[in-house]
Amino acid sequence: MGWPGVEAQHKFGWWHAHRYLLLRRLSQLSVIGLFLLGPLTGVWLIKGSLSSSLLLDTIPMTDPLLMAQLLAAGQWPLAEAFIGTAVVIGLYALLGGRVFCSWVCPVNVVTDAAHWLHRKLGLKGRLHLARSSRLWLLGAVLLTALFVGQPAWEWLNPVSLASRLLIFGLYGGLLALLLLGLFDLLLMRRGWCGHLCPLGALYGELGRVAPLRVGTPNRAACNDCMECFEVCPEPQVIRPALKGEGPRVAILDGHCTNCGRCIDVCSQHVFAFGGRTAVASEALKNLKRPEGE
Amino acid sequence: MSNRRQFIQQLAGSALGVGLVGGVLGLIARQGAALPPHALRPPGALDEAQFTAACVRCGLCVRDCPYAILKLADWLDGPAPGTPFFTARSGPCEMCEDIPCVPACPTGALDPSLTEIDNARMGLAVLIDQETCLNALGLRCDVCYRVCPAIDQAITLELSHNQRTGRHTVFMPTVHSDHCTGCGKCEHACVLDTAAIKVLPIQLAKGELGAHYRLGWEEKERAGGALVAPDREHQFNLPEGKGYDYYGPGLVDEPGSTTDDTPFGANPLETLRRGIGGGGE
Ligand code: SF4
Ligand code: SF4
Ligand code: SF4
Ligand code: SF4
Ligand code: SF4
Repeated sequence: MGWPGVEAQHKFGWWHAHRYLLLRRLSQLSVIGLFLLGPLTGVWLIKGSLSSSLLLDTIPMTDPLLMAQLLAAGQWPLAEAFIGTAVVIGLYALLGGRVFCSWVCPVNVVTDAAHWLHRKLGLKGRLHLARSSRLWLLGAVLLTALFVGQPAWEWLNPVSLASRLLIFGLYGGLLALLLLGLFDLLLMRRGWCGHLCPLGALYGELGRVAPLRVGTPNRAACNDCMECFEVCPEPQVIRPALKGEGPRVAILDGHCTNCGRCIDVCSQHVFAFGGRTAVASEALKNLKRPEGE
Repeated sequence: MSNRRQFIQQLAGSALGVGLVGGVLGLIARQGAALPPHALRPPGALDEAQFTAACVRCGLCVRDCPYAILKLADWLDGPAPGTPFFTARSGPCEMCEDIPCVPACPTGALDPSLTEIDNARMGLAVLIDQETCLNALGLRCDVCYRVCPAIDQAITLELSHNQRTGRHTVFMPTVHSDHCTGCGKCEHACVLDTAAIKVLPIQLAKGELGAHYRLGWEEKERAGGALVAPDREHQFNLPEGKGYDYYGPGLVDEPGSTTDDTPFGANPLETLRRGIGGGGE
């Protein structure tokens, strides 16, 4: 197997083989950029941070994991926080829960970079954890909040720390990101985002219902190059759709981040965005043929 | 069979992991929950433990403070990471009339029922060093008193005798907790290299009487009279026609007394003859 995406690049050009990756980076950058626009230029489109924000001075958005911790800690916040949480849950329930991970979260840039370097250097991870560990960690985070009456995870949460590093210039986040990057690079491939992050775990659960899904409509053309598995942050989600029986081809696992990287690197145009009920293209042809004849 | 053993092993491992992580997190949160003395919370902040539990660390209050005095805590700043605070000495709260930081808060960690900035209790000023305060040394600096937004209520100048010179007055800056908002203006303005007056978190600055304490004079006022049997008038063994005035000159003639006797007259022999107590003939 070659370096993933090289063949797609040969066939369709550089932009085609990197478009979702670049769009994602642009999106991640814009989110932070929009938060910085206010303090830097005085034009306030969005205020606050990833923990809680106010869009256009009207629409609140609140991190659901923070809200869950607050509630577990015995707090009953104002309506604004509840509305904000509902907005965020609604948004990601539509777009795919872990769209937050691939299109918004700044930590993703670091862990993606660590993964890239990990492959470039041909490193092997030493640590093995089940992907379900993140659910256990999520449980631990909520139980701790319940027992100590504090959102204790916020002392360490790398997502909050990174958001405050970029939006408020607090350096603590730098250390957190460095440690995470090293962890992913040296100890465990895709360790943090793929196995441990409790926020990712929560968004993964939201992803179970999302109507927007990546699917494998052209899976008949798959030549088993395995490049999609190589780039996918959650490779276990691909197999059921790519190798499954039946006409349905959408990736239904909530942990698919809708990053579109598989679409980028596939030289056979197997992948595409679609709905939950997307159907394989050969099945479509079979459906259509009788009408044509 | 081995599947089942593996499953149980994994379950036990995960449960152990959860316990460990929870324990560590809990410890960190407990350790980090105490507010260091230099850090003050924005107006309307709930009690410290409630505040760190309710705040989502979003920074909306920080953004809406027109004087940019609020800061989200970094890892080593002391307060719980991500929570807002200010430092009186470097930037005190300007006590905005409309308190914009409070309605900015989406969670109520800054209590929206605070609508009158004079009712804010961000901390409490304490004239902590009476050895360097210029006023305490007998000079007239008065700066903390003059900058206080609640001048003559939160800080007053209490006069006392200057023992050192024997002829001057000390104008002691004195803080009153029923009016001090803890804005930090006095500490900010103190002219010393290190402020002699400091604004501390209230739980550090304020003492508390035992719950069972009753102040007699307050109880008396509330009841409209003494609650215990009144003291009996002290009986002095005095010569006839004499009284004793506690608050005045001491031994006095009873009003209306005709005798000009003194207990010890000019002539000692006379006294002896009379016998002490005025028994006499
Ligand atoms: S399946 Fe494709 S879109 Fe989903 S996470 Fe993997 S690479 Fe991204
Ligand atoms: S009252 Fe005004 S100066 Fe004080 S913290 Fe709030 S916004 Fe800032
Ligand atoms: S606005 Fe409220 S929740 Fe947000 S940082 Fe300030 S106090 Fe905390
Ligand atoms: S902190 Fe100082 S300046 Fe502010 S109200 Fe209290 S005594 Fe006055
Ligand atoms: S400004 Fe400082 S030195 Fe002057 S009276 Fe106040 S506390 Fe004392």
